[in-house]
Amino acid sequence: MQLDNSQLLRFTTAGSVDDGKSTLIGRLLYDSKSIFEDQLEAVEATSKKKGHVGVDLALFTDGLRDEREQGITIDVAYRYFTTPKRKFIIADTPGHIQYTRNMVTGASTANAAIILVDARHGVIEQTKRHAFIASLLQIPHIIVCINKMDLVDFSEEVFNNIVSQFEEFSSKLLVKDIRFRPISALLGDNVVNRSENMPWYEGATLLHTLENMHISSDTNKVDARFPVQTVLRPQSEEFRDYRGYAGRIASGIFYKGDEVTVLPSGFTSRIKSIDTLDGELEEAFAPMSVSITLEDDIDISRGDMIVRTNNQPEASQDLDVMLCWLHANPARPRAKYTIRHTSNEQKAMIKEVLYKVDINTFDRNLEDKEIGMNDILKVKIRTTQPLMFDSYQQNRTTGSLILVDEGTNETVAAGMIV
Amino acid sequence: MLEKELELSVETMSKYYLNYLDELESEAIYVLREVWAQFQNPVILFSGGKDSIVVTHLARKAFYPAKIPFALMHVDTGHNFPETIEFRDRLIESLGARLIVGSVQESIDKGRVAEERGKNATRNALQITTLLDAIEENKIDCAIGGGRRDEEKARAKERFFSHRDDFGQWDPKNQRPELWNIFNGKHFEGEHFRAFPISNWTEMDVWNYIKRENIKIPSLYFAHEREVVWRNNSWIPNSEFLKLEEHEEVITKKIRFRTLGDITITGGIESEADTVEKIAEEVAAMRQTERGNRSDDKRSETAMEDRKRQGYF
Repeated sequence: MQLDNSQLLRFTTAGSVDDGKSTLIGRLLYDSKSIFEDQLEAVEATSKKKGHVGVDLALFTDGLRDEREQGITIDVAYRYFTTPKRKFIIADTPGHIQYTRNMVTGASTANAAIILVDARHGVIEQTKRHAFIASLLQIPHIIVCINKMDLVDFSEEVFNNIVSQFEEFSSKLLVKDIRFRPISALLGDNVVNRSENMPWYEGATLLHTLENMHISSDTNKVDARFPVQTVLRPQSEEFRDYRGYAGRIASGIFYKGDEVTVLPSGFTSRIKSIDTLDGELEEAFAPMSVSITLEDDIDISRGDMIVRTNNQPEASQDLDVMLCWLHANPARPRAKYTIRHTSNEQKAMIKEVLYKVDINTFDRNLEDKEIGMNDILKVKIRTTQPLMFDSYQQNRTTGSLILVDEGTNETVAAGMIV
Repeated sequence: MLEKELELSVETMSKYYLNYLDELESEAIYVLREVWAQFQNPVILFSGGKDSIVVTHLARKAFYPAKIPFALMHVDTGHNFPETIEFRDRLIESLGARLIVGSVQESIDKGRVAEERGKNATRNALQITTLLDAIEENKIDCAIGGGRRDEEKARAKERFFSHRDDFGQWDPKNQRPELWNIFNGKHFEGEHFRAFPISNWTEMDVWNYIKRENIKIPSLYFAHEREVVWRNNSWIPNSEFLKLEEHEEVITKKIRFRTLGDITITGGIESEADTVEKIAEEVAAMRQTERGNRSDDKRSETAMEDRKRQGYF
C-alpha cells in the first residue's frame, strides 16, 4: 500500500532498442510487481511466438500497431508504477535523432532522466545527444545506467572508464546532479535488486535511487508567480461580488495578506483570500491550483500574472530563446507565429537565428540559419506586447514557451528563454 | 533576491511539497481550467463510471465557488444498468448542470448505424457514430473524458489535449507535441478536441482519491448479489439484452463491477468488497488489469487503437 505522503516522480528514459531501454522499463515494472497477470500472459504468448527463450521484457512497452510491427518507439508513451515510497511516471521516448522532438517533449516535465549506455560501446553520439537534451531542458537529476554489464563480465574497469568518458564531455553541460549505476536490465542486476555479480559496486540500485532522490527543492520556491487561467464569477446569492482569479501557482509561495502586483498593468493590491472547495488557505505554493481574490477591484484577465511586489519577473518584447523546431515544415523567414507562454498568448516573430547547435558534438554552427525539424537553435524573438518571464534556468514554467503556426494551428516549436 | 526569501527557501524546502494525489488533483484542475479558457463549448463525457465521476468532481473543484460550467454528455446505448441512469440523474440535479444525451437507439432508428448481429453483438462500436453526431449537432469543440494512460497501450500515447479532425478521427502518429503544461487547443471549424484531465492517474489513484474525497459512486461497484452468466471468462450480468446459449446457466453470485460499460459487455468479478476501503484494498492486490473483463478490448490486439482512431472515447 502506498503511503499518503508519498511524492510523484516523473522521469524520462531515452534510448534505442539496442540500448535495452524497453527491457529496462519492463524490468522495473516486472520486479516492482507492476505487471498484471493478463499482461504477463499476453507477453509470454508473444515471446513464444517470436521464438524467444523466457519472457521478453521489452514487449511490456509495446504500443501502437506500427510500433509493434517495426519494433520501435515512435511517440512518447507514458507508463506508471508505484512502490510503497513513490508513484512514478515514465515518459518513454525514442532515442533516434529523428525523434528529437519526442525526447524534448518527454524531458519537459521530468524530474529525472535515465540515460542508457551500452557497456560494450561506451559513450556514443546518442549518449551525448541525450545528455544534451536533458541539460537543455534542465532536468534536475540524471542517472546514467551503464547497461549490459553481463556482457562485459561485470567489469569494474569498464564501468569506471565509461564514467570518466561521460564526465569528460558532460563537464561542458549544465547539469547539477549526475549519478552512475552499473546494471543489467536483462538479468535484473542493480535495477530493483542488488547485484551479486558486482560486489565492487557499493552504490544504490536504480529503483532505490529513484525512490529516495530529494526532489522537493527542485521546484522554484522563491519567485512567487501566478499566471491567471480564468476569472471565476459565480454570480450566485452567496457569492454575489466574488471575483476569483483561478490558476496554478507556477513557482514560489503566496500568503494571505501578501502585497502583490498584477502584470502587465502594474496595479498593486493585497491577497484577500486563497480559496479552494475544501476551504480557505493561509498560504499556497507551486504547483497548487487555487483561486485568489484581491482586496482591490482591478481589471484582471487570462494571460495576466500576479506576482509578489518585491520580486517581479522580467518584462520585454525581445527574447533570446533556445528553440527546438518540432514540425516537418521548416520555419518561414520572418514569419509570424502565435506564442503561448503560461496562460498568455500573443503574436511573435523569429527575428534572427544566432546559431544552430550540433546536438552530437555541442558545436555552434554560425553559418547554417535554416530552421528545420529537430533543429535546436538560439534565436531572437520579438513579441507584439512585452512578455513577463524568468529565465528557463530559474523557472521552468515562466521560462518556457511554444510557437503555434497560424496557418495550420500546429505546435511548431518549443522555446526556453535564456 | 531578498535575504528574507533566501532564508525562507532553505527553511521551507521540506514542508512545501504536494503528495502524489494532491499533485494529480492540481494537474487535473489546471487542465479543466485550460479547457474552459480555450474552448467555446466544452462538455464532460459522462458514462456513469468512476472515472467520469472523478472528472466531474474535479470540475467542481476547478470552478468553485462558481458552478460547473460544462454540460455533461451521456452517450446512451440503451443497454444500460438502471443503476447508472439513476445515479446520473441524481448527480445532474445536485450539480445544477445541463445534460445532453446522445442516443444509440436513435442512431439505429435513423439508419445512421446498423445493429451488430450474432451472439457477441454489442452496441459498443455503434457509440462512435452517436458520439460524433452528438458532438457535431451540439457544436461541441471539446469533449472532456475520463480516459487514463494506464488503461490500455493505445491510451498510453494520448495527449492531455488530443486533436480530432473534422471526421472525428485520431491520428496517433501525427499528434501535436505537448510540452511542459502548455496546451494548444487551436482548431478549425468542424474539428474538435478531446481532453483527458486524469491522464496520469492509475486505477489505484482513482480509488484512493474516491476514498479520500468521499465521492459517491454507483452501487454497482460494491459487492452485491446478482444474476449472472459465465461467459468469456467473466460474470456477465443477466439482462433483457442477453441472449442465452443453450449450455449457459443463470446463477446468483456475489459480484461487483470493476469498470462500468454497457450491461452487455461489462463483466463482474467475484468479490466481498462492499465499501470503498475494501475496494481499494482489493484493487491493490489485483493481479488482472482493469479492462481484462471488458470484452470490447478483447476483440483484437489493437481493438482500442482501432476504435480510438475512428473517434471512440
